[in-house]
Amino acid sequence: MEITAAQALVQCLEKEQVELVFGYPGGTILPVYDALHDSAIKHVLVRHEQGAVHAADGYARATGRVGVVVATSGPGATNLVTGIANAYMDSIPLVIITGQVSTGMVGTDAFQEVDTTGITIPITKHNYLIKDAAQLPRMIKNAFYIASTGRPGPVLIDLPKDMAETKIKFYYPETVHLRGYKPTFRGHPNQISEAAKLIAQSERPVIYAGGGITSSRSSAELLALAETINAPVTNTLQGLSSFPGDHPLFLGMLGLHGTRAANLAVTNCDLLIALGARFDDRVTGKISEFAPQAGVIHVDVDPAEIGKNVPVHVPIVGDVKQVLQELLPRLEKRTDPSWLEQVCTWKQEYPLRYEVEGALKPQYVVEKLDEITGGQAVVATDVGQHQMWVAQYYRFRRAGGFISSGGLGAMGFGLPAAMGAQIGLSGEQVILVVGDGGFQMTMQELGTIVEQQLPVKIIIFNNSVLGMVRQLQKVYYEGRYTAIDLKFNPDFAILAQAYGIKGYTMRSKEEVDTLLSQALAEPGPVLINCLVSAEERVSPMVLAGKSISDAIDC
Amino acid sequence: MLHTLAVLVENSPGVLARVAGLFSRRGYNIDSLAVGRTEDPEVSRMTIVVDGDDRVLEQVTKQLHKLVDVIKISDITADEYVDRELVLIKVNADHSQRVEVIQICDVFRARIVDLGRKTLTLECTGNHGKINALEETLRPYGIKELVRTGKIAMVRGTKNNTGYQDIGTKEEN
Repeated sequence: MEITAAQALVQCLEKEQVELVFGYPGGTILPVYDALHDSAIKHVLVRHEQGAVHAADGYARATGRVGVVVATSGPGATNLVTGIANAYMDSIPLVIITGQVSTGMVGTDAFQEVDTTGITIPITKHNYLIKDAAQLPRMIKNAFYIASTGRPGPVLIDLPKDMAETKIKFYYPETVHLRGYKPTFRGHPNQISEAAKLIAQSERPVIYAGGGITSSRSSAELLALAETINAPVTNTLQGLSSFPGDHPLFLGMLGLHGTRAANLAVTNCDLLIALGARFDDRVTGKISEFAPQAGVIHVDVDPAEIGKNVPVHVPIVGDVKQVLQELLPRLEKRTDPSWLEQVCTWKQEYPLRYEVEGALKPQYVVEKLDEITGGQAVVATDVGQHQMWVAQYYRFRRAGGFISSGGLGAMGFGLPAAMGAQIGLSGEQVILVVGDGGFQMTMQELGTIVEQQLPVKIIIFNNSVLGMVRQLQKVYYEGRYTAIDLKFNPDFAILAQAYGIKGYTMRSKEEVDTLLSQALAEPGPVLINCLVSAEERVSPMVLAGKSISDAIDC
Repeated sequence: MLHTLAVLVENSPGVLARVAGLFSRRGYNIDSLAVGRTEDPEVSRMTIVVDGDDRVLEQVTKQLHKLVDVIKISDITADEYVDRELVLIKVNADHSQRVEVIQICDVFRARIVDLGRKTLTLECTGNHGKINALEETLRPYGIKELVRTGKIAMVRGTKNNTGYQDIGTKEEN
């Protein structure tokens, strides 16, 4: 029996066990929406396409599954761009389906036409423009395979309307045949032996673990590695929540706003074990002074990351989980305490600190949040100061519990991402910590949260300024504050109430415990508007061009 | 240093844009790029001459490999290979100059492919250096128009440097 390509598309999604898609309809994608009408696949109608792609991103991070997005041509596609770039930078598996004008109109500047595949080449792992409807099922199969294997990432399929309406004979291929795409999963055994040897010889090892641990779901292997060789562990921003935040071997985050203990340990180590991390500039600071005494073992599924920014002594291309599983049996238990004693001294000497007394402090709210949830909540953030305070003060104890925009640093990510995470993790506590700036970039998704009855708890650190920008202007531009004032913010508690969401305002330290406990116990969504000072700064901070061992107090 | 890469790619729409875009957005310098079909209509071959040290070349190669449409990359710089460029030159050649230009043509084993009242159009193939030399030699006569292809290259001997037979193998999963 012949069906339309749009119907075939929906059947392909069913074959891929897609339970829901995030989307927004429009003219050219209507054949797909018509096919969705008859499907068991749930459609989450967002309020803006950017919300759809961030939500799919949050869903993918939370569940480990591929997030699926549907949008129309033209503005539908361009509104996705930030979210696609965000998923690309943080290696999040997404399949995005966009409508396109009919093939006869492509290239004529037709209504709602943009060159979607052209625009998204640099921000997708791969993309397809469908020119032969019969090929669509194979392209979908390829898209899911490419998105979810190797280094994950977004894959886009651009589907012209006439193609979507073309009748085809349905089939769904069992296998993929991509001669140009063969990711390496298993590390080279000789290299793994080399790594074991280097670890055995090292005296001052440090494990530097990034987002690859989360995406390969290898927290257990990371913990086993750290405990076997008794090495301290530091996380990148994306790596946070892959290692227990309260573990004695944990150093906290490294880099620009990292802990001094982590940055000193890396600077003084003789072996750096980099796992699923990419030596980003926010991590390394002045690159020539990053881990200057260390041999480097670098495990990554993407060969292009190895040797990109720093020379590597033992490169291992492979899936971190598989590599660690093969490495662990080759390691001896190590007990030498002297390095750990040194690291502990740094931890005690240079703890993260802030002025507890007086006004309501965002750091204090995060600490209380950690205490009340036992570090077990899934915490999403937006981008800015609040993000750094969560990274510093929330002690993640649930693997994969941190959802944040790292590589792209996209304000507006938080609310839709928390929404997507909550959809994927119904029954779990999902908390969004967000600034008043980023919240207003995508706050229209409050409507979706209410519609989908998602019990997301939203905590706004409202200082009525763009706090991180203000901090940068303070540090680098002598406090000449420009274009950071948000004094015409609405009352966010009332705004929440307008959507039918419980809204509270938190003004003092004394209210923190009760209000948080009360909010977290609520069955539905709650928004807390925390009024905090604009003077608060993220500390410590490594200035541009400096070594990470050279942080200042801010 | 200039490196010559032989790159096999899927003959799919947009593949040139993907490769060219990769070079521009990552700041790699292309000296020349020539692309055309191979004996397999589904596969095209690009000969890319790229300027950079070994570290840059390693990154270029790895980043190219990440493109799903790229099947195989070989850096043939260190191999013995045959390389050719093709040039068409329309050069001033009135009565007084015509004989000289034809003699130059002979020296460079170029062919005259068209005649105008005051011009000759030459075709010449050869490596980069030879084409440069021809161009320089003709310049004093006045070059009216010139077009060069990028370089194409192939490794000498029976060795199949691109491992072309291998690329038909399909991965099951």
